[in-house]
Amino acid sequence: MFEKALKGNKYYWMWLAFLGTFMAIAAICYLRQFNYGLGLTGMSRDVSWGLYISQFTFLVGVAAGGVMLVLPYYIHDYKAFGRITILGEFLAIAALLMCLTFIVVDLGQPMRMLNVIFHAQPRSMLFYDMIVLNGYLFLNILCGWVILTAERKEVPPPRWIYFFVYLSIPFAVSIHTVTAMLYCGLPGRHFWLSAIVAPRFLASAFAAGPALIVVVALILKRVANFDAGKKAIDKLATIILYAALVNVFFVGLEFFVAYYSNIPGHKHTLDYLFFGVNHHGHVYDNLVPFMRAFLALFAVGVALLSIPYTRRKSDFWLGAGCLAIFISFWLDKGIGFVLGGFVPNPLNEIVEYYPTANEIFIVLGIWAMGFFILTVLYKIAISVEHEIEA
Amino acid sequence: MDKKRRDFLKIAGATTLAGLGGSVVVERLVTGEAPATARAAHEVDPAVGHGHARAEAGHEPVPHGGGHGHEIRKTGKRLGMVIDLRQFQKHPELIEKVVHACHAEHNVPSFPNKKDEVKWIWPTEYAKAFTEHSDYYRNSVILENEVLVLCNHCDEPPCVKACPTRATFKNKDGIVAMDYHRCIGCRFCMAACPYGSRSFNWRDPRAGLDMNHINRRFPTRMRGVVEKCNFCAERVGLGKQPKCVEACGTSKAMVFGDLNDPDSEIRKVLKDNFTLQRKPSAGTHPSVFYIV
Amino acid sequence: MYDGGKIIPGLIIFVLLVTFPIWYNKGNAGPVPQPELPKQYDKCVLPAEDMLAEHMQLLNQWRDTVLRTGDRSFDVTIGEKKYQKSLMNTCMQCHTSKKKFCDTCHAYASVTPYCWDCHLAPVE
Repeated sequence: MFEKALKGNKYYWMWLAFLGTFMAIAAICYLRQFNYGLGLTGMSRDVSWGLYISQFTFLVGVAAGGVMLVLPYYIHDYKAFGRITILGEFLAIAALLMCLTFIVVDLGQPMRMLNVIFHAQPRSMLFYDMIVLNGYLFLNILCGWVILTAERKEVPPPRWIYFFVYLSIPFAVSIHTVTAMLYCGLPGRHFWLSAIVAPRFLASAFAAGPALIVVVALILKRVANFDAGKKAIDKLATIILYAALVNVFFVGLEFFVAYYSNIPGHKHTLDYLFFGVNHHGHVYDNLVPFMRAFLALFAVGVALLSIPYTRRKSDFWLGAGCLAIFISFWLDKGIGFVLGGFVPNPLNEIVEYYPTANEIFIVLGIWAMGFFILTVLYKIAISVEHEIEA
Repeated sequence: MDKKRRDFLKIAGATTLAGLGGSVVVERLVTGEAPATARAAHEVDPAVGHGHARAEAGHEPVPHGGGHGHEIRKTGKRLGMVIDLRQFQKHPELIEKVVHACHAEHNVPSFPNKKDEVKWIWPTEYAKAFTEHSDYYRNSVILENEVLVLCNHCDEPPCVKACPTRATFKNKDGIVAMDYHRCIGCRFCMAACPYGSRSFNWRDPRAGLDMNHINRRFPTRMRGVVEKCNFCAERVGLGKQPKCVEACGTSKAMVFGDLNDPDSEIRKVLKDNFTLQRKPSAGTHPSVFYIV
Repeated sequence: MYDGGKIIPGLIIFVLLVTFPIWYNKGNAGPVPQPELPKQYDKCVLPAEDMLAEHMQLLNQWRDTVLRTGDRSFDVTIGEKKYQKSLMNTCMQCHTSKKKFCDTCHAYASVTPYCWDCHLAPVE
C-alpha cells in the first residue's frame, strides 16, 4: 500500500519537503555531535539527561495514547471509533520511532547499543523499556497494516489479528508504566521517587495522545477530505478532558505532599520549577516561565474543551483547545518532570540546563521525522478509505 | 490437519510444558530455595551490631530493614574506606594533594567549561556532603572545612541495578567497577547514583589532558562513557593502597581495608570512632565512612 | 526483454563497478604488510601464527579476566620474565611502535580497532 503515499497534491509534497529540510539539518547536526561528543549539547555532569530524554519520555506517552482509541472500539465495541483506530495505531508507530531515535542520539556510544541485548540485565528497567517499546512498535505495525489491508480488500480482518490487538492494550499501558519506572525507582532523586509518577504519566499520555489525534483529524478534514465523525471527535474530547483533569489532580497531590509535609527534599524541586530558588544570592528560575505556561495552557485547554460552543460548534477552537492541552503536557512532562529531577543535584547544588542550538536542531529534526512518518502513514490510511468509499 | 493429529499435538505440547515447568517446581520444593541463588556463606562476626559493616550468612534478618538482594561475593572481601575529617582539618593542604594524586594517576581530564567537568574525588562543604544530617547551628570547624567526597562503592549500588549492559558491576572485592568497553553511555547510572559520584565524558578526554605529562601505565577513557573512582582496583589488585590513601602519608587521614576482616585496621578504626555515612536512608550501604 | 537495451548495459556496468578492486590491481593484492618485530624476544605470548589469527580474542579474554574477574596476576610468561595481562603494560613494552607494527597490518586490512582511543600507545 506504500504506493498510496507517492501520489499527492503539491501541498502534500511541500509539507514533506519542509519536514525533510529539518530532517536534513538534524542529520548534519547529529554528525557534528557524533564526531565531537555529547558535549555539543547543553547537558552537564549534574543535568545528565536533557531534551533528548525528555522528548522520549513525552513521546512514549503520546504513543501509549493511541490505546484510547483501540480500547473502546475493540473491547467495548464503540463503533464510532471505527474509522480512526488506524490513526491511533499509526500515531503510535510514528511516536515510537521518534522515541527510539531520541534514545539513539542521546547515547554516548551508539555503536554499542546492541550491548543491551548481548549483555541483557533483567534488573535494569532500561532492559524492559527496550522490550516493551520494540514490542509495542511491532504490534502496532502488524495490527495497523493487517487491518488496513483487510479494509482495503473489503473483507473482515483475519481472526488471528485480534490476539495481537488485545495484546497491544496491556502493552500500551506497560510502555508508559515501564518508562515511569525508570524514574520512580531511583533512590537518589526525591522528585521522582513517588508512586504517583506512573499514574501521572498515564493520565498525561491519555490526554496528550488523543489531543494530537483530534488536532490532526481536524486538519485532515480540511486538507484531505477525511471526516472522522462528530461522535468520535466528541468522545475523544471527553476522554482528553477527563485525563487532563486527572493528570493535573495528580500534580496537585505532589504539591500537597511536598508543601504540607514541609520536607525539603520534596519541596526543593517544585520550588525551583514553579517559583524559582535563591541559593547564596543567586536566583535560579529558568524553568519557571515554562511551568507557569503549563498551568495557563492547561486552564485554557480545559475551558475550550468544556464550553459547549468551543467544543461542539467550532472546529477551530476545539483544535486550539486540544493543542493547548498537548503543549501544556509537553511542558509538564518533557520540560518540568525530566529536567526537574536533576535539580537540585545530589549535593543540593543547583546547576541549570540550557540546550545548545545544535541540540535544538536535532530535536526539531526528529520531531520533523515523526511528522514525516505520520504524514506518509496517514496518507496511506486515508487513501485506502477513499478507495473503498468509491 | 485432521482432528486426531491436532489433538495429539496439543497433548504432546502440554505435556512438554508441564515436564519442563514441573521439574523446576519440584526442585524448589525439595531444596526449599531457588536453585541458582543459594547464598555463599560468609563469616559472621558476633561483635558486629547491625549497621555499617556487613557480614551476613544465610537469611539472617538485619534489624534496620531493607531488602538483601546483594551479590554473591566469592572471596568475601569487602573493601572500604574511612576518611578522618579531623586530620584534613588539621592539614588542609592534604585535600588538594589527594585530589591531584588521584586525578594524575588516572589521567582524569580537566576542562575549562564546568559542564564538561570530570572528577573522581573532590572537596565540598559539609552540608552538601551530608544532606541528611543537620548543619543547623553546626560548629565552626565543621562549617569552615571541606569534606572529600567520592564514589561510595555501595554494598547495594543503585547504579549497578540500573545499568542495562552490566558495564558497571560489583567485583569480587566489593569495588563498584566500570567496564569502559561495554558502556553505551546512556547515563542511567548517573541518574541513579544518590551521591553524584559519576562523571560522563562529554568530549574526548585527551583534549583536557597534557599528553606529555600523563600516567602512561593507565589508560585514558574515550568520549561517550561514564567514569568514576574505582578504588584503584589496578593497585589494590597488586596489594598496594589506593593513590589517595597513599597521598595522605602517615597522617592516617584516610584508612583503607577489608571491612569483612574483623582484624583489619579499618575495622579497628570503626570500632574506636564515631562515623557518619552519606545518605544512609537511601539504603545503599556505602563503604565509605567519615569521622567528623 | 522489456527495456533490454537499458538493462543489459546497466548490468555490465554494475558488474564492472563491483569487481573494480579486482581487475584494477590486475589481481595483485598489494604488498604484504611487514610489521617490524621487536629485537629482545623471538617469541610472544603465543606462537606467531596463533597471535596473528587470535590476538583480538586473546585481548578480549584478558580484558574480561582482568577487569571483571579482577585477576591482575603476573602469569604471562615471555622468555624468562613474567608479565601481567595488559595491552599497554605488556604487549606495548616490546612492540614499541604502533605505527611500524600494529598499523601496518591494520591499515592493510582496513581495520580500525578503537583500543587506542583509551589505551596509550608508546610515544614515537
